[in-house]
Amino acid sequence: MNRSNIRNWIFKFAVLFILLLGVTAIAAPLIAPYNPTDQEISNRFSAPDVHHVLGTDNFGRDLLSRIIFGSRSALIVGIVSTSIAVLIGMTIGLWAGLASKLTDNILMLLMDSLLSFPTILLAITVVSFFGYGLVQVMVAIGVIYSPVFARIVRAETLIIKTESYVEASRSLGTPVLKRVFIHIIPNLLAKVIVQSTITFALAIVIEASLSYLGLGTQPPTPSWGLMLKDAKDYLIQAPWMAVYPGLALAFSVFSFNIIGDTLSERLNPRVLK
Amino acid sequence: MNLLLFVLKRFLRLLLTILIISTIIFFVIRVIPGDPALVVAGIDASDEEIQAIRAKLGTDAPVTVQYARWMRDLVRLDLGTSLTSGQSVKALIRQRFPLTFTLAVLGIILGVIIAIPLGVLSAVHRWSLWDYLGMVYSQAGMAIPSFWLGIILLLLFSVKFPIFPLFGSDSLKNLVLPAIALGFARAAVILRLTRASMVDELSKEYIITARAKGLTEKMINYKHALKNALIPVVTVTGIQFGYMLGGAIIIEQVFSLPGLGRLFLYAIYQRDFPLIQGGVVFIAVIFSLTNFIVDIFYSVLNPKIRIS
Repeated sequence: MNRSNIRNWIFKFAVLFILLLGVTAIAAPLIAPYNPTDQEISNRFSAPDVHHVLGTDNFGRDLLSRIIFGSRSALIVGIVSTSIAVLIGMTIGLWAGLASKLTDNILMLLMDSLLSFPTILLAITVVSFFGYGLVQVMVAIGVIYSPVFARIVRAETLIIKTESYVEASRSLGTPVLKRVFIHIIPNLLAKVIVQSTITFALAIVIEASLSYLGLGTQPPTPSWGLMLKDAKDYLIQAPWMAVYPGLALAFSVFSFNIIGDTLSERLNPRVLK
Repeated sequence: MNLLLFVLKRFLRLLLTILIISTIIFFVIRVIPGDPALVVAGIDASDEEIQAIRAKLGTDAPVTVQYARWMRDLVRLDLGTSLTSGQSVKALIRQRFPLTFTLAVLGIILGVIIAIPLGVLSAVHRWSLWDYLGMVYSQAGMAIPSFWLGIILLLLFSVKFPIFPLFGSDSLKNLVLPAIALGFARAAVILRLTRASMVDELSKEYIITARAKGLTEKMINYKHALKNALIPVVTVTGIQFGYMLGGAIIIEQVFSLPGLGRLFLYAIYQRDFPLIQGGVVFIAVIFSLTNFIVDIFYSVLNPKIRIS
């Protein structure tokens, strides 16, 4: 099997995994064998067996059910924070690309300043100021990744706005907003979609990291990061607690990265080397 | 543009970035609803106590005055006093930073040791076992969150096979697992770039000329192509170093290491605003400074960049 064949299979696997993840998140109450918050103290640290396929945690909660419900937090964070990043980033990117040089410089300097923070530090800072919780985490991630979209959209806008069809439309007196929606946005959407997939994966990791630090999803809501936080204290008694939520996290991130990579290659064949 | 002018321009940009960062941090704290003094004082505090904390924090003055003070103190490298420990933020950072710095240095060394040879071999022997290994590594490195890798490393090498200690920070042995956890993901980024850069370099005309001259493949790959291919890798490695300082926050938590990251988290849990403020500015400045040094280094290696 050659390289491109292998990549094709991996891509198919990634798409399938994400679809499965989506279905799992939506149908969680139907699929999960137990209630994810139900405690069974007499059954704490139960190793994986027929009753609890992936074992139980320090409160005797079923790990599989918690992982299934945890996919909800992951996907919600991915969807909402990526949407926020796209919305802010696209608005600023379009504005910078179409505005005067001075406005462009100011906006880009602001965006670059945001980029000069290590991502996780910025996320922690925002969350620490606005309070812990899923909503704050989603806003924080959205704001942090908006400069990446602003840069992409600005660069594309600068190219597209000089295309003859846009110039022609301008000469015909088409209002700016109409030009933006009809000519500019559709032409830069492909790059935004590719970046969105990558941001989605990053958002899931940041949410898990913040929850691991106790700043993201709050207990007892199931979240993969939160599950790993609990797991670290019981490495000796229940090593399975540390393995399965991490695998769910890694496979989700892997799948989104593969989809992003493949889309980016298909849209820009020069990358294929 | 000559080098001096380029350095000067980048330096001004660095100052401007630091100014913007510290301004953003200052205003973010002030814009948020709620009075930090109330948070610090707790619900049982009397009005006098709250007023005293406000005076101590300096939040009783008008915002413009507070901003001027903040900027003045920053210029004097004075980051204020921690509310919980009473020590100066600068002293606390000075105590904790060496550990975080050592961790990041070890992480980057490890990352480079893995990434560059594997990246080069992947590019030179495309579609070989090396290339597949590189591909698997780069995908795994990007998919496995560093804190989970840290937990798994602890599970394997401290619990199952007790080769490394579970806790502590007094010897270099304690830093091996955290450095691996930190360097693993960063290596993936460096590896991808090394491969791409090497592939690009190997397709250039001077390589064809070198081959036509009858040079050995070894000479072409490692003497000619590698030297040029490594130029962008140097930049990315520098930037990755900056990211490691940020990433250390979570890794220090996993391995219970008393570095800057843990200090910062402690500040957040305790709502120690001056420490949070100072910590963020410090890390952001170090991060920007790293990027500045990388930019200068890159412009020396590749003078073309100065034109753009």
